[in-house]
Amino acid sequence: MNTPILSAHNLVKHFSAGGFGAKRKVVRAVDDVSFELARGETLGVVGESGCGKSTTARLLVQLLTPNSGSVRFDGKVVGPELPLKAFRRQVQMVFQDSFASLNPRMTMIDSIAFGPTVHGASAAEARRKAQDLLDRVGLDPARFGGRYAHELSGGQRQRVNIARALAFDPQVIVLDEAVSALDKSVEAQVLNLLMDLRRERGLTYVFISHDLNVVRHISDRVMVMYLGEVAEIGPASSLYTAPRHPYTKALLAAMPSLDPDRRTHEAPLAGDPPNPIDPPSGCRFHTRCAQAFGPCATQVPSQFAVAKGHLAACHLNRSEETVA
Amino acid sequence: MTPSATKSDHPLVSVRDLSVRFDGTPPVHAVNNVSFDLASGEVLGILGESGSGKSVTLKTLLRLLPERRTTITGAVEVDGEDVIALQGRALADHRGGVASMIFQDPSLALDPVYTIGQQIAETVIRHEGATSRVAMARALEMLELVRIPSAKRRLGNYPHEMSGGMRQRAMIALALACRPKLLLADEPTTALDATVQIQILLLLRELQQEMGMGVIFVTHDIGVAVEVSDRLAVMYAGSFVETGSVADIIRDARHPYSKGLLAANLVGAVPGTRLDAVPGAPPALNALPEGCAFAPRCAHAEDLCLTTPVPVWSGAAGRWARCVHATREGATAVNKVAP
Repeated sequence: MNTPILSAHNLVKHFSAGGFGAKRKVVRAVDDVSFELARGETLGVVGESGCGKSTTARLLVQLLTPNSGSVRFDGKVVGPELPLKAFRRQVQMVFQDSFASLNPRMTMIDSIAFGPTVHGASAAEARRKAQDLLDRVGLDPARFGGRYAHELSGGQRQRVNIARALAFDPQVIVLDEAVSALDKSVEAQVLNLLMDLRRERGLTYVFISHDLNVVRHISDRVMVMYLGEVAEIGPASSLYTAPRHPYTKALLAAMPSLDPDRRTHEAPLAGDPPNPIDPPSGCRFHTRCAQAFGPCATQVPSQFAVAKGHLAACHLNRSEETVA
Repeated sequence: MTPSATKSDHPLVSVRDLSVRFDGTPPVHAVNNVSFDLASGEVLGILGESGSGKSVTLKTLLRLLPERRTTITGAVEVDGEDVIALQGRALADHRGGVASMIFQDPSLALDPVYTIGQQIAETVIRHEGATSRVAMARALEMLELVRIPSAKRRLGNYPHEMSGGMRQRAMIALALACRPKLLLADEPTTALDATVQIQILLLLRELQQEMGMGVIFVTHDIGVAVEVSDRLAVMYAGSFVETGSVADIIRDARHPYSKGLLAANLVGAVPGTRLDAVPGAPPALNALPEGCAFAPRCAHAEDLCLTTPVPVWSGAAGRWARCVHATREGATAVNKVAP
């Protein structure tokens, strides 16, 4: 097998939530998360709020330091084997809030050119590149280059953020709810842009979203997270048509059907997601799972391989081959 | 509660040529010539993107817009009452008594320094003149109605002690405490997770049927609108551009903007393919184009689209689209001024 372009190995991130001594509370935001990204593929990440999607993204691009575990780029451990500065040129990120991501005192051209100049490009060269990129994301450099963030609409700002991420010619872009704040018609335009760029440049995406429709549309593989753990990961087609984790099934069932004759009649899950400060024992989903049985409350399920490249962390799949 | 028999031949809500303008230089034309009816027991979904005027339309029905800076023209009747003319106590009776509203963010809509029970009881005391004991009992009954677990304990909770889904249930309980005839819902599930969203939608649908309320449900999410609505209205740049039953709009949209919205929601899209996206962005409401407001983004626009007024195609009852092309495709094309 080829070396994955980016891989996460047993990432753990806990945040302190106040308290002292025995009362110290810990948010288990990400607990033992591992996955691999093949070159040129798009991995979708879904889950409810508080499931650790964004923390995983931030760990992946090294905006947060994990408590344990490591990230490898092209086989090299980031940090000891690959300097952070070199890593950042290869892996870039686009955030949900397009306005907060941009410096309000910089013009769009300067925002895009800033990174390359820090990394040693000449000012003229960086500017020329910034103009090309603005043009590529569909904004006329002559009209938009000199504008500030507040003079652009949300969709235009997100295009600038994408252009800025592209300024290093990275191989991987992590998109954390990058289209979620946009109106639907604008979201479709930005999705088209992302798909075009992926094809032109052979980019690899990590696409985080709460919108399962969009994730299905853009992703090759999908990872479902629940309370800081990977519940299921597999090819988008099989995960959507034959989910093997009850949580994935519930998420899919909660999607509006868009068919007035097939409206939902029963909510697939009751209540809100539990607090990640004190997650349930055993399988973290067992408190909301309709199919919970014997081992669920006490034993943490391992990742069972249910099909080629398709893993599900659920005891119901126990009879199948176990992946250690 | 069933709607009173004397008024059953009138629609619960009747809006005619409603326009809302926010004063300023230049003035903002937030809502332009909107007309619609709502029968009691009916759910109308208003679908639109941000800035399309859907929330402003809703707020007009409760007169929540800043009085001094807003010019409202047209007629708005709710349960036979002229809402535009309401003043003082009559307006206060209307708000929460006849019509009531739930908002997108319950943590902003609820008062942080009163318990949920106190907030619901206050409404009941104000509108029904009940004693505080009776009002508290009603509050408990309401919390049970919206299925908040251990309702008795939750009565004494402050909003910050509840989760997002629970707060939204509490706000629904508050809105329904005085059995309004009309419930206005402004994106009530947008801030919630999908698994919680569907719970709230099902609850709203059930309560609506139980209490026979009319509901106007504003959302930007077609999926959500389909789950709760009987009828849909698509709004663009302050105007209704198309209305019809949910099935009509989903399966046979006539306005290019409605079609674009459906495509953007990946209705029938093949994964990985380019989407049939509408180019550009909605116009600024202080500088609306002449003629069809959608023409600058429309792939089928022609000279005729740039002239006012835009002809309206009418189909079966309550089905119409404001588009030149729809009039040509439609068998029963009617050339008249937009309703």
